[in-house]
Amino acid sequence: MATLEQSTTGSSTASSQEADGVRRRDFLNIAAVSFAGVGGVAVLVPLVTQMSPSADVLAMASVEVDISAVQPGQAIKAMWRKQPVFIRNLTPQEIQAANSVPVSQLRDPETLADRTKPGHLNWLINIGVCTHLGCVPLGVGEGENRGEYGGYFCPCHGSHYDTAARIRKGPAPTNLVVPDYEFLSDTSIRIG
Amino acid sequence: MSFSWARPYEPKHPLARWIDERLPLPRLVYGAVGGGYPVPRNLNYWWNFGVLAGVFLTIQIITGIVLAMHYYASADGAFNSVEHIMRNVNAGWFLRYAHANGASFFFIATYIHIFRGIYYGSYKAPRELVWMLGLVIYLLMMATAFMGYVLPWGQMSYWGAQVITGFFSAFPLVGEPVRVWLLGGFAPDQATLTRFFSLHYLLPFVIAAVVVLHIWALHIPGSNNPTGVDVKEERDTLPFHPFYTAKDGWFAGLMLLLFALVLYYAPNALGHADNYIPANPLATPAHIVPEWYFWPFYAILRAFTVDFIIPAKLWGVLAMFASILLLFFLPWLDKSPVRSGSYRPVFRTFFWILVFDIVLLGWAGGRAATPTVVAVSQIASAYYFVHFLIILPLISKYERPLPLPNSISDSVLHGEEREAAPAGIPPRTTTVAE
Repeated sequence: MATLEQSTTGSSTASSQEADGVRRRDFLNIAAVSFAGVGGVAVLVPLVTQMSPSADVLAMASVEVDISAVQPGQAIKAMWRKQPVFIRNLTPQEIQAANSVPVSQLRDPETLADRTKPGHLNWLINIGVCTHLGCVPLGVGEGENRGEYGGYFCPCHGSHYDTAARIRKGPAPTNLVVPDYEFLSDTSIRIG
Repeated sequence: MSFSWARPYEPKHPLARWIDERLPLPRLVYGAVGGGYPVPRNLNYWWNFGVLAGVFLTIQIITGIVLAMHYYASADGAFNSVEHIMRNVNAGWFLRYAHANGASFFFIATYIHIFRGIYYGSYKAPRELVWMLGLVIYLLMMATAFMGYVLPWGQMSYWGAQVITGFFSAFPLVGEPVRVWLLGGFAPDQATLTRFFSLHYLLPFVIAAVVVLHIWALHIPGSNNPTGVDVKEERDTLPFHPFYTAKDGWFAGLMLLLFALVLYYAPNALGHADNYIPANPLATPAHIVPEWYFWPFYAILRAFTVDFIIPAKLWGVLAMFASILLLFFLPWLDKSPVRSGSYRPVFRTFFWILVFDIVLLGWAGGRAATPTVVAVSQIASAYYFVHFLIILPLISKYERPLPLPNSISDSVLHGEEREAAPAGIPPRTTTVAE
C-alpha cells in the first residue's frame, strides 16, 4: 500500500490531482468515514425511538366518561393514559370562591373560565398529578384533606390547590393541568 | 506501572510458564493484586472499604443473576413474582434479602470509601482520574439502585419512579418529552418496568468495567496512605499479597458477619413497609421517601421552596445534580499540596463539620417535609455548597499545615527493637532491622 501510494504521488497524474487541492485517497477516506458515520447515526434512530410510548399506549389516549351521577360538591377519578383525572362538579360557593381571587395574585394566573368550557363553568376537569413531582393530590374522596384553599392538597410536599385547582401554596410551580377534553353531551365527556 | 522494586512474576511450574508465554493472565493478576504490587505499609482500616465495596458488588451481581431467574418483569406479575420468591422459591427469601440489604451495605462501604478519600486527600494529583472514575461508579450505582428499587412494583417502587422521572419535567421545553421518553408512557407502566429491568441487569456489569478502570488508574501511582506522603523506597511498602489480601480478607469476614446479622435479624430495617403494598397509580402513599442512601440528595431537592428567576422545582433539581457534579471539581477546589487531613488542622475540623452536615441532610431527607425539616434542609444544603465552593478554597490558601514526616517508614518505624519483626514473633537478632 505504502509503496503504491508513493509511486502514484510521484507520477504526473498525482501532481495534477494535488493541484486542485484534493488527493484521491483523502477523498475516499472522508467519503468512507462519512458514509459509515451517517449510517451509524441512522441506526441510532430506532434505538432511541423504541423508548417512546408505543402504539398501544398511544391508542389508550382518549376515554369517554359519563358524569351524570356526579352531584354538585362531588368529584370522581377517571383513568386516562394511566393517570388519574379529577372530574369535579363545583358548587356555586366554590365557583364564587374561585372567581373572587384577583388573578394577579396567583403564581400561575388563570381564571376559572380559562380552566373550564364555556357554559360548563361548574365542571372542573384536571389531571390528578401534582405539578411538583407527580404525586396524586387528595381531595376527590369524601372526607379527604382538601387543603387550606378548599380544592386539592398534595400530601407529598404540601402543595395546596384552590377550588379552581390553581396552585396557591407549596412547592408546585403550576396549576393542576387541564387535559384536552370535550363535552359530547351535558352528561358525557371525552378526554384526550 | 508500580515501583521499581515490585517483584516480577516468576512462574516455577512448566505449565505456568507455558501459559504465561501465551496468555499472561496470571502475570496480570500477580502484578495487580498479588505479590507483585507494592502497597504503602501504613494503610489503616479506612483503606479496607474499597475492597469491601468490590465484595458487595460481587454479592449484588451473583444474587441478582439468581433472582432474575425467578423474577417476572410485568406490571401485573412483578409484585407477585417477588412474593413467590419470598415464599415458594427454595432459599428465595435469603437471596432477596441478601440482594436488598446488599445494596445498602454496598452504599455504606462506598460512602465510607468516599469520605476516606476526602479526608486523606486521595483525590489530589496524581490521583484525580481515580477520584473521578470513582464518582462515575457512584453515579452508576445510584442509577442501578433506583431502577432496582422500582422492580418489585410496590407502592414505593411506583411512586419513587414517578417522582424521580418527574425531576426531568422540571426542565423547560425538553423536560416533559424527555420524561415521557424515559417512561415509555405518560406514567410508569409496563414499558417502564421492562426497560428498568433490562438496564438494572446491564449497569452492574458497566460498574464492574469502570471499577477495572478505577483500579487501573489507581495502580499507576499506587495507593495513597494516611500520611499522604509519597512512597520513596522499598521499606515504605509491603507486597499486596499476602499482607493486604490477609487484612482485606479478615475485614471482609468481619463485615459479612455484620451483614449476616442484619440479613437474619432485621432484614426489613432498611426498607420501607409501603413497598409491600402493590403499586396503585391512583393513590399516593402519604409520605414518599427514597431509600436511605438517597436521603441527603432528597433533602437538597426539597430545600428550594421559593421561585427565584426560575421555578423552585428547577432549582431543587439543579442543586441536587450540582451537589454531585461539584465533587468532580474537588481536585481543583482544594489546592493545598498536603494531602492528608491528619496534617491539616483547619481542614480536619471542617471535614468533620461537613460529615455532620451530610448526616443532617440525610436526617432531613428521610422525614416528612414539615417547616422545621425544610428549614434544616435549607441551612444544611447551603452549608454543603459553601463548604466546597468557599471554605475549602480558602482553607487551602491560608491554612498552615503541620510538619510532614520524611517518609512513610519514618512515620511508623521509630527504631525500636520490637518493630524489627511482626507482632508476636521475637526479632531474629538483637541488631535493629533496617
